[in-house]
Amino acid sequence: MEATSSVQASPQVGRRRFNFDRVIAIALIAPSLLAIAVFVYFFIGQTAYVSLVRWNDLLPDYTFVGLRNYDKLFQIERFQADMSNTLKFTVVFIFVCLAVGLLLANLLDQKIKGEAIFRNIFMFPLAISFIVTGVAWRWLLTPSSGVNLIGSAIGIVDMKNPPGWFTDPKIGILAVAIAAVWQTSGYVMAMYLAGLRSIPDEIKEAARIDGATEWQLFRQITLPLLQPITLSAVIILGHISLKIFDLTKSMTGPGAGFSTDVPALFMFETTFSGSHFSQGAAIAMVLLVVVSVLIIPYLIYNFRNEVRS
Amino acid sequence: MQKHNRSVMTLVALFAMITMVLSACDNNSTTSNATTSKTPAAANTPAASNSNGSAATGKLEMFSWWTTGGESAGLKAMYKLYTKDRPNVEIVNQAVAGAAGSDAKAVLKSRMLGGDPPDSFQVHMGHELLDGYVAAGQVEPLDDLYKSEGFDKAFPQGVLDIVSGNGHYWSVPVNIHRANVLWYNKKVFTDNGLAAPVTFDDFFKAADVLKAKGITPLALGDKVPFASAHLFETVLVGTLGAENYKGLWNGKTKWDGPEVTQALNNFKKMLGYINSDHAALTWDQANDMLIAGKAGMTIMGDWVDADYKAKAFTDYGWTTSPGTKGLYDALSDTFALPKGAKNKENALAWLKLAGSQVGQDAFNPLKGSIPARIDAGKGDYDAYLLSAIADWKKDTIVPSVVHGAAAKDGWATAYTDSVNSFVTSLDVGKTQKALVQAAADNMTSK
Amino acid sequence: MSVVPYKPSRRRITPGRVITYAVLVGFSIFYLIPVYVLVVTSLKSFREVSLDRMWNLPQSFSLDSFRDAWFGNEETSVNGLASSFWNSIVLTVPAALISAAVGSINGYVLTKWKFRGADVVFPLILFGMFIPYQSVLIPLVQLMQNLHLYGSLWGLIFVHVIYGIPITTLIFRNYYAGVPTELIEAGRIDGAGIIGIYRYILFPISLPGFIVVLIWQFTSVWNEFLFAVVLVNTPSSQPITVALNNLAGSFSVAWNVQMAGALLAALPTLVVYIFLGRYFLRGLLAGSVKG
Repeated sequence: MEATSSVQASPQVGRRRFNFDRVIAIALIAPSLLAIAVFVYFFIGQTAYVSLVRWNDLLPDYTFVGLRNYDKLFQIERFQADMSNTLKFTVVFIFVCLAVGLLLANLLDQKIKGEAIFRNIFMFPLAISFIVTGVAWRWLLTPSSGVNLIGSAIGIVDMKNPPGWFTDPKIGILAVAIAAVWQTSGYVMAMYLAGLRSIPDEIKEAARIDGATEWQLFRQITLPLLQPITLSAVIILGHISLKIFDLTKSMTGPGAGFSTDVPALFMFETTFSGSHFSQGAAIAMVLLVVVSVLIIPYLIYNFRNEVRS
Repeated sequence: MQKHNRSVMTLVALFAMITMVLSACDNNSTTSNATTSKTPAAANTPAASNSNGSAATGKLEMFSWWTTGGESAGLKAMYKLYTKDRPNVEIVNQAVAGAAGSDAKAVLKSRMLGGDPPDSFQVHMGHELLDGYVAAGQVEPLDDLYKSEGFDKAFPQGVLDIVSGNGHYWSVPVNIHRANVLWYNKKVFTDNGLAAPVTFDDFFKAADVLKAKGITPLALGDKVPFASAHLFETVLVGTLGAENYKGLWNGKTKWDGPEVTQALNNFKKMLGYINSDHAALTWDQANDMLIAGKAGMTIMGDWVDADYKAKAFTDYGWTTSPGTKGLYDALSDTFALPKGAKNKENALAWLKLAGSQVGQDAFNPLKGSIPARIDAGKGDYDAYLLSAIADWKKDTIVPSVVHGAAAKDGWATAYTDSVNSFVTSLDVGKTQKALVQAAADNMTSK
Repeated sequence: MSVVPYKPSRRRITPGRVITYAVLVGFSIFYLIPVYVLVVTSLKSFREVSLDRMWNLPQSFSLDSFRDAWFGNEETSVNGLASSFWNSIVLTVPAALISAAVGSINGYVLTKWKFRGADVVFPLILFGMFIPYQSVLIPLVQLMQNLHLYGSLWGLIFVHVIYGIPITTLIFRNYYAGVPTELIEAGRIDGAGIIGIYRYILFPISLPGFIVVLIWQFTSVWNEFLFAVVLVNTPSSQPITVALNNLAGSFSVAWNVQMAGALLAALPTLVVYIFLGRYFLRGLLAGSVKG
C-alpha cells in the first residue's frame, strides 16, 4: 500500500532516482571500460602501429613500411606451418573437448556410484598449469618411451617403428591437442553436467510418454537445451586454443619441421629472441584478426538470439 | 530505438578507434624515452675508485639465467668474494631459468625497453650484444675499465676482437665455453675397436660400425632447436675452416657458395646417423643415451662435462668435432653495464671481479667452463677443463653463431629456423636459399 | 493391507551399466596416467631418473626431491619453493577476490541496468580475452613503469585484475541473466536504488557465481607464468610459477626435483578443486544454463 502511494505521490522523484541510477550504473562499469580501453585496445593499437613499421632490431625504427611485414610473413614457411597448425589444433581441440565433456557428463548423470570420485578425477587436470602438463605429456609421448612402451607391452606397438607422436611431422600438433584435451575437458564436462542436471525431469518424462526414444530425446530436447553451454564452452576453448603458448613451449617447442609450432610461440621467439619486433607485432595482429573473424559472428548470432527470446 | 543503438555503436566504435590511434602516436614518445639514458651519459666510465669498498652501500641487481646446479654455485662463489670486499651491498640475484636463456632474454628485453635496467646482466659476447643493446645505445662502453684493470692484456686477442665494436669494449667475459666438442662413450668405442674420429671420414666410418651394431652413432636432442643449429655450426666450422667460416658473418664468404653446399651435404649425411626421436629429447636427455651406452657419440658444447659430473659418469672421452682440430669454436658469458643502472659503482666493482683472475678461478671450476683470462686456470679444474685451458692458449678462435658471438640475435634465430627445417626436409637447395635470405635480412656492417 | 516399504528401485546390472562404468574407468586411467608419471619420477633419486625407465617404480622411495624442491639444497644449489609459495598466496587471493568483485558488478550492470550501448560494451570487454599476452609485454612494462607499479606483487595483482575483467564479467553476466527481472522490479518498487538492489537482492544470491569465478581466477592466477616472470623482478617477491621454472637449470634439468616441485606447486589448486568441486558444479548449475 505504501509502495504504491509513494510511487503515485512522486512520479518525478521516481524518474529522477531512476536516471541517477543510470548514471551510477555507467560509473560502475566505467573503470572496467577504461581499463580495457587502455590495457587492451590501446595496446592493440600500439601493436598494430609497430606491425606497420620497420622495427626489427633492438633500436626502434619507426619507418613506415605499410603492409610489407604481413606480406613477408605469409611467405615464411614457419608462419604457414603455424596457421595450418592452429587450424588443425583448434578444430580437433574444441571438437574433442566438447565430445568428451558431453560424453562424460552424460555418463555421470546416471546416478553413478562414486560420482564424486570420477568427477574429481576428470576435473583435477584443470588445477595444473599448462607448463607442468607439457612436461608430463612430453614424457608420455616420447616415441622411445612413454605410452609406446605400454603399447609395446600389450602388443599393439612395434618399438622398432613406434608412432612418432609429436616428432612425426604428420601428427605434430595433434599430439599436443591430446594433452590440451586432457587438461581442459574436465571443465566442459562440469558445464555440461550442470546443464544436464538443470533440465527438468518433467520435460524428459513427457517426451518419453509421447514415445520418444532416448536418442531422440537426446537429439531433440537435451542438445538444443544445452546450446548456450556449448556456446560458452566454444568461446572459452577457442580463446585457450588460439593463444596456446605455455603448453607447446614446454611440451614440444616448435617441433620437427615446425609441426608443433604455434603463432604465439613464433611471436615470442621472433620478438624476444630475435628482436624482430615488427614481425612479432604482425603475427599478433594476424592472430587477433583470426580471432575476430571467428568470434564476432558467433557473438552477433548469439545476441540476436537473445534479443529474440 | 534502432537509431539510438546505431548512434551508440558508432560512438563506441569511434571511441575504440581513437584510443588505438592515440596509442600509435604515443608509441613514439614512450619507447624513445626508454632508449635515452636516464643518467647523464659520460662517453667513458670514470676511472676505478675501488678504494672504499667497505663503505659502499646500496644494491647490486645482477640479472642472469643461472638458476641451479654448477652455474648457480659458481655465481654464488663470486658473490661471496664480492661481499668480502663490499659487505654492505645487498646483492639481488635476479635469475630466470629457461633453455639457453630464452626466457631470461625476454624478461631482460622487456625491462631494458621498459626503462628498468638491472645493474649488470649476463649476456653472450659478440654480436648478440653489439648489434643489440650496444646498437640501441643502452649499455656503457668499458674502455677505461679495461685499461685500468689491464683486461686488454689479460684476454686473448681473439676475445678482444669479439667483445669490441666501433673501437670500444662493451662487456667483460668471465668464462669461455667450447662448442665444437665430440663426446664419446669409452666403453662403446673400445668394445668396437674405434678411435676418436678426427675428420668427417673418420666420423662416418665410426658411425657405420656403430650403426651396424644397433647403437645410435650420434645422439641428438633438439626439442629445443638450438641443439641441431649447434650441430650444424660445428659442421660449418669443420667444412669451411676458420677464415671462411668467419667470412660467413661479414659478407666475405657467400652463403650460396659451394663450401656451404658441401657443409649442408655433410650435415645431411650426419643426420642419417641420429636417433629417430631426437625432436622429443632435450640435449641432456640425448646425453643420457650416451651414458647408458645406447649411443656412441654426441656433439655438444662443453657444458656436457658438467652434466656427466652431476650424473657421476666418468667413462667418457672427448675430442674436437669432425674437421675442427686446432679450432676453438668459442662462446662466452660476459657482463655488461646498462645505461641508467641504479648502482653504477657497485656494478663496476662487479665487473672488475668478473674479469679478475681470482673471480674467474672461483667461478669456472664450479660452472664447468674455463676462464677467459689466459693467466687464470689455477683451481679445481677437471681433466677435460684442463685440456680445454691448454687448447685455449693456442687454438684459433672462431665465434659461435648459435650462442650469440658471430651474429646478432635476429640472424641467429633465422639461421636456427632454417636448420630446424632442414633436419626434417633434408632439402639442401631450399635450405641454402633460406640461409642466403637470412644473411641478406640481417647482415650489419661492423 | 500390508505396508510395503518403499525401496528406491535398485538398478539392475544391465550391460549398459557395465559399459558405462567401463568407459568411466577407462577415461579415469587416461586422466591419471600423467599423475603416475609425475609422482613416480619425483620419488626417484636423480641417477634413477631416465626416460626409458619412466614407468618403473622407484627402486627406493625417497622424499629427497620433495625436500630439495621445497626447502632448497645448498649443495646442488637449488632454491626451494617455500618462500615463493607465500608470495603466490599473497598474489592470488586478493587478485581472485578483487576480480570477482569487479566481474560481479559488471555482470550486474550489464544485465539489469541496460543503458544504451550495454549490448555493445559487453562484446568489447569480451574481446579483451583474446589478445595474446606476449604482444602486450613491452607496452605493459612501460605503462607499469609510468604508473610506478612495476616490479611489485601489487602491480601483478593489478594486471591480473584487469586482464581478468573479461572472463569474470562473462561468467557473472551469464549468471545474472538467469535471475528473473521480477526480483529487480520488486526491489525498485520498494524504493531501492542500484546499489541497494545489488546489496540486498543480488549479492546474497550470488554465492554460486562467486564460487565459480573465484575458483577459475584462483587457478588462472596461481598458474600464470608470463606476466609473473616479466613484471616481478625481485627474487624475494616472485610467485611460485617463476620459482618452479627456476628449479630447472638453464642447461640440464634434475627431473625428479622438477616434478616434485610441480606437484608441490599444484597442491593448492588441486585442493581447491577437490574440496570445492561440488560447489563449483553447483555454481555452474546455477549460472550456466542460460548462455
